[in-house]
Amino acid sequence: MTVPISAYLTLAAVLFGIGTIGVLMSRNIIILFMCIELMLNSANLALIAFSRALNMMDGHVMVFLVLTVAAAEAAVGLAMIITIFRNRETINIDRYSMMKW
Amino acid sequence: MTLDTVIFFISAVVAVFGATMMISQRNPVASVLYMILSLVAQAVIYIQLSALFVGAMLVIVYAGAIMVLFLFVIMLLNLRGSEDLGAHSSPISKVTKYVVSILLFVEFVFVIKSVIIGSPVAGLLTTTPPVDDFGSVKSVSMLLFTKYLYPFELTGILLLIAVVGAVVIARRDKADDVEDTHSSTGTEPAKTDEVVTK
Amino acid sequence: MADYLYLIPLLPLIGFLINGLLIGRLPKPVISLVGCGSIGLSLVLSLFAFFELRSLPEASRLIEQVLFTWVPAGSFHVNIAYLLDPLSAVMILVVTGVGFLIHVYSVGYMAHDPGYGRYFAYLNLFTFSMLTLVLADNYLLMFVGWEGVGLCSYLLIGFWFEKQSASDAGKKAFIVNRIGDFGFLLGMFIIFWQVGSLDFTVVMASAPTAFVAGGGLITAACLLMFVGATGKSAQIPLYVWLPDAMEGPTPVSALIHAATMVTAGVYMIARSSALFIMAPDALMVVAIVGAATALFAATIGLVQNDIKRVLAYSTVSQLGYMFLACGVAAFSAGIFHLMTHAFFKALLFLGAGSVIHAMSNEQDIRKMGGLKKHLPITYWTFLLACLAIAGIPGFSGFFSKDEILWKALSSNHGHLLLYVVGLVTALLTAFYMFRLLYLTFHGNERMDEHTKHHLHESPKMMTVPLMVLAVLSVIGGYVGMPHVLGATNYFEHWLAPIMASETGHGGEAATDLHMSGAGNTTLELGLMFLAVALIVCAILYARHLYLNKPEIATRLRERFSGLHTVLYNKYFVDEIYGAVIVRPLIYGSVFLWKVVDVVMIDGLANGFARVGQDMAELFKYAQSGRVRGYATVFVAGVVVLVGYLVMR
Repeated sequence: MTVPISAYLTLAAVLFGIGTIGVLMSRNIIILFMCIELMLNSANLALIAFSRALNMMDGHVMVFLVLTVAAAEAAVGLAMIITIFRNRETINIDRYSMMKW
Repeated sequence: MTLDTVIFFISAVVAVFGATMMISQRNPVASVLYMILSLVAQAVIYIQLSALFVGAMLVIVYAGAIMVLFLFVIMLLNLRGSEDLGAHSSPISKVTKYVVSILLFVEFVFVIKSVIIGSPVAGLLTTTPPVDDFGSVKSVSMLLFTKYLYPFELTGILLLIAVVGAVVIARRDKADDVEDTHSSTGTEPAKTDEVVTK
Repeated sequence: MADYLYLIPLLPLIGFLINGLLIGRLPKPVISLVGCGSIGLSLVLSLFAFFELRSLPEASRLIEQVLFTWVPAGSFHVNIAYLLDPLSAVMILVVTGVGFLIHVYSVGYMAHDPGYGRYFAYLNLFTFSMLTLVLADNYLLMFVGWEGVGLCSYLLIGFWFEKQSASDAGKKAFIVNRIGDFGFLLGMFIIFWQVGSLDFTVVMASAPTAFVAGGGLITAACLLMFVGATGKSAQIPLYVWLPDAMEGPTPVSALIHAATMVTAGVYMIARSSALFIMAPDALMVVAIVGAATALFAATIGLVQNDIKRVLAYSTVSQLGYMFLACGVAAFSAGIFHLMTHAFFKALLFLGAGSVIHAMSNEQDIRKMGGLKKHLPITYWTFLLACLAIAGIPGFSGFFSKDEILWKALSSNHGHLLLYVVGLVTALLTAFYMFRLLYLTFHGNERMDEHTKHHLHESPKMMTVPLMVLAVLSVIGGYVGMPHVLGATNYFEHWLAPIMASETGHGGEAATDLHMSGAGNTTLELGLMFLAVALIVCAILYARHLYLNKPEIATRLRERFSGLHTVLYNKYFVDEIYGAVIVRPLIYGSVFLWKVVDVVMIDGLANGFARVGQDMAELFKYAQSGRVRGYATVFVAGVVVLVGYLVMR
């Protein structure tokens, strides 16, 4: 191995940054959702890298747990999107503002 | 320039490219496909880091199952990028969002630079070879069913709750059905509400 | 030995619980049986207790029964304990005896009232409270009974609460009594402060050492307790509630507002005689207030036209007599009058109730007259009671009244003026009682045809108690014949062990009084004859005025119309109290309500709420509903946090 850990961590930071921009900029709620998944994955990448560096597989287990959470989140989130879409006929997140003052 | 470095660079570029394209697409179907591309590239990096089991999981569960679920929902809602999402918010808010995101990235890089580089961890990855069985199904499962048994069982409960919750949330009420068959009144109050709030 | 003592108050309480908890579920005969039966059993037990006490040697006539410790708070220790001594023995006999007769009478009187069960429940509760009051062995338990009878008085005055005047009268009685209770409590505090105990036996025994005789503290304590007594026993200045209390059912007026409850103040002072005897100034105040009340109420009674109000003012006046007796340190004379008064005043009220019953609830004596032939039993018993209250020799009132008058003159605390006031009051009493008698039972029948048609003698249930009380009114006085007539005053002798006197306790007192009486036999006899002669004249004058020549009465009223107006309106005391006390209180309350409460407190509370509302109005725009806006702020927060951690 010749690639230093900082390179992996920087890649994770880049992916996290792209995910952040996506969450803040996207008006399509489905893309927004995927950006959140992307941010979760960037964290996973960091975990894997540290796991390898320290020779401890606890990080892998953490990734496994994060994957479960992501799956659960996707299931519930998409169900909510379906319900909201049924009522409001839009996936534009800016128009999901019925809970405001 | 070793093979490792080449593989890492190619994968990293593909992952970043996929992510960038994913957020810049109008059509959600294309977005999902770019996301799968990015995920596959990340899986390659996982495997490079000896995380065989988790890398396989990423492809199978994430790219294979969750992203397909996204696609399925997009198809179900019949979204082909046809919906006009309207004018973007003001330039000021746009700039603010970019500035905030980039600041966050800069901070991360700063942390990596000042904390990780120079710490004992920094060189470990390149000097220490992986132990036997590192990242194999067997070794990860050993951890999962011994040290992390309770969290593992809890994730089972979490998934069960998520399944039940998803069913409950997405289920159509009988009353709604009746309404919908007569007319699309279900959407009418929402639209008037929209007018009022604006 | 007298282990059943606690049963005497307990039985009426059980009666109250049965009748009170099962209101509306018991048939009337059961209610009557429980109501009267519990009091009847108490009466029997009281008689047993009395005879048991009597069988004891004179010096040890004191039975104490401690049931349990009630308040064990440091040095403050109070028991629930009952004390039977000659004084409380007399009181329980009066309370249960007269109470029983009135209960029986009520069965007939209230027969058609929808609140029958409630009535008997209250009446039993009252009897329980009154028995607790007189049997208590300490001031605090006495106060419990004291408040209990006040509560029952309130409940029973306002028994017909759907009538505005009745509920008002109930509230008036309750509030006025509170003022008195305040004084009683303060007096009790002083006693506890100085003596360290509230038990009667301890207080009376240690009073001479704990207090300086005639000192400021004992005078203050006695005066404060006397304030309590003025409230409960309707003396100036707190008597105003008693005439209004006549809004209650007539048997209630007889039981509570004539025979028993209103005498609680007299009882309390007699019970505290050892304290009062040490405070001559307080005694003087008691005597003056008593005499003034006696005269004052009697003058009002002269012109009232409501049969129950005449009796009410008569009660106030007679209570004044009792206080006059206590005020001249003739406590046993006061208790003696209390007892005879209970008999004849209960009889008068029950007779009045019988009249009202017959007259279809008419109470105005101007619309009566000639009832003698329609209500013979009521008439004769009423006449006997009138003779008793007027003080005709041979009747009970004569002995007690004469003893008070004599003591008012001869006692060390007595004064000629007190005697004269007492004598004048006696004359006025005789006059207005016979005015009442003549207007009600003699002369023309002034009621309308309809009422006349319904005139009927009351049922046996009511007339039998009348007859029993009439007998008691006549013979009740023979237990306390004056020495001067060559008899032995059993009553005074009976009470002597516990009544304090100038020279000390116990038997000495009796002998001392005996001697002072013996020295002035001629004077005493002379005064007795004078009083009787004057009273007979007053009766004859009343006969002349209201029976033979009614026109003279009218002419007199016209000539002294100013005086008549003042008397008829009860010296405008209610109006004065209203202007001086009630109105300022109302203004003060309105000020507190409109200014302090509404403007200041509500303003403050509403102001805080408004500030919160305005702030919310301001910040609600942050709640734009735009999810991405929230996310931006969230990320910005993360940036700041991470930045802080990095830069630190």
